[in-house]
Amino acid sequence: MMEKRYVARSSEIAARKLGSEMMIMSGRDSTLYTLNEVATVIWEAADGSTSLDEIVRSRVCSQFEVQLDVALQDAETLVEQLASHGILSISNEPIPRVIPARQEAR
Amino acid sequence: MRELTASIDCPSTSARNRHELVIEIGNIPVCVRTANSAFLQMLENRYVGFVGSTRHADYEFEVELAPPGEVGADDDLCVLRRAGRWSFERGDFRAEWDPSSNQGSIRQSANPYSIDSVLRIVHTLVLAREGSFLVHAASAVRNGRAFLFAGASGAGKTTISSLAPKDAVLLTDEISYVRRHEGGYFAFGTPFAGELAKSGENTSAPIAALYLLAKGPENRIEPVGPVDSSRALLESILFFAQDPELVQSVFQAACEFVCRVPIYRLTFVPDARVWEMIA
Repeated sequence: MMEKRYVARSSEIAARKLGSEMMIMSGRDSTLYTLNEVATVIWEAADGSTSLDEIVRSRVCSQFEVQLDVALQDAETLVEQLASHGILSISNEPIPRVIPARQEAR
Repeated sequence: MRELTASIDCPSTSARNRHELVIEIGNIPVCVRTANSAFLQMLENRYVGFVGSTRHADYEFEVELAPPGEVGADDDLCVLRRAGRWSFERGDFRAEWDPSSNQGSIRQSANPYSIDSVLRIVHTLVLAREGSFLVHAASAVRNGRAFLFAGASGAGKTTISSLAPKDAVLLTDEISYVRRHEGGYFAFGTPFAGELAKSGENTSAPIAALYLLAKGPENRIEPVGPVDSSRALLESILFFAQDPELVQSVFQAACEFVCRVPIYRLTFVPDARVWEMIA
């Protein structure tokens, strides 16, 4: 059985939901990132205390027509990418004290 | 009637031989003081139409003129906040500004370009705190509503400004001044000119739309989605400070703007018919 992984949004970013997409600006270098609708769902649920597996099962598979194993693999790839840009943290343990990003829904 | 000459001799002994000028852009009066009357006259000419009619200023700067050669190299700009004070440095000027007292100082040679840059920096910092901004865009008022035309150099800002019909009031062909007010946005005229080399009119109007400019084989207007709009707007906003908190404010300001103001891509051929589509 795979070890659970937890994901948390970085506090050093600014984010804004525009329509169904999330726009994120890195606080490090002001680089802009855009997340599509599915990635936005994962991003919004990345609170540090909910495992990625649970996010995919309860949020992604319930809202989008996608198989669980495919969704899990895609989600792993996504969070690795976001972590490599420093806008998301990944841990095998729950990540405490997540400071919510500044978000305002359109 | 606007008081075009607002040069005032300061009466206090400590400020003897200092002269001051209030430069009011976007309804924000900035007072500059100098001991050099010729330099002040240069500024009066540079900012004609934007010289404040009031002796009250929100921000005050003492300008010390450096001898030729002390400053001049056009190095990279650095805008930093240290211990609550802002420091602006470029090869041709050094400036400090204390936002708690709203007073600052500028050291530069006797040219209008350095103080022009300092004023832009100050305005971007002040505006960032209220969700407003300066943006690389031409702007004009028509029928009481302002239209912005954003784009990088060569996109057509000066071209579309020069094609404006007689009933359009040009606010700028280069840098637009956008202020958020009571849930809406207003564009103000600026003295910051591009290739037209002509200051805009010192007036303002609610913003009706922003067009992202592109030159093409035909005139065409297309709506742009919020994400693409935000990206394009952020690329055009002027902001110089290396300050994470204010950079986040600018990001949120751009996102808020595109949520409230219609954004279009305007492809146009360089003739006056394009203005028939602007209304």
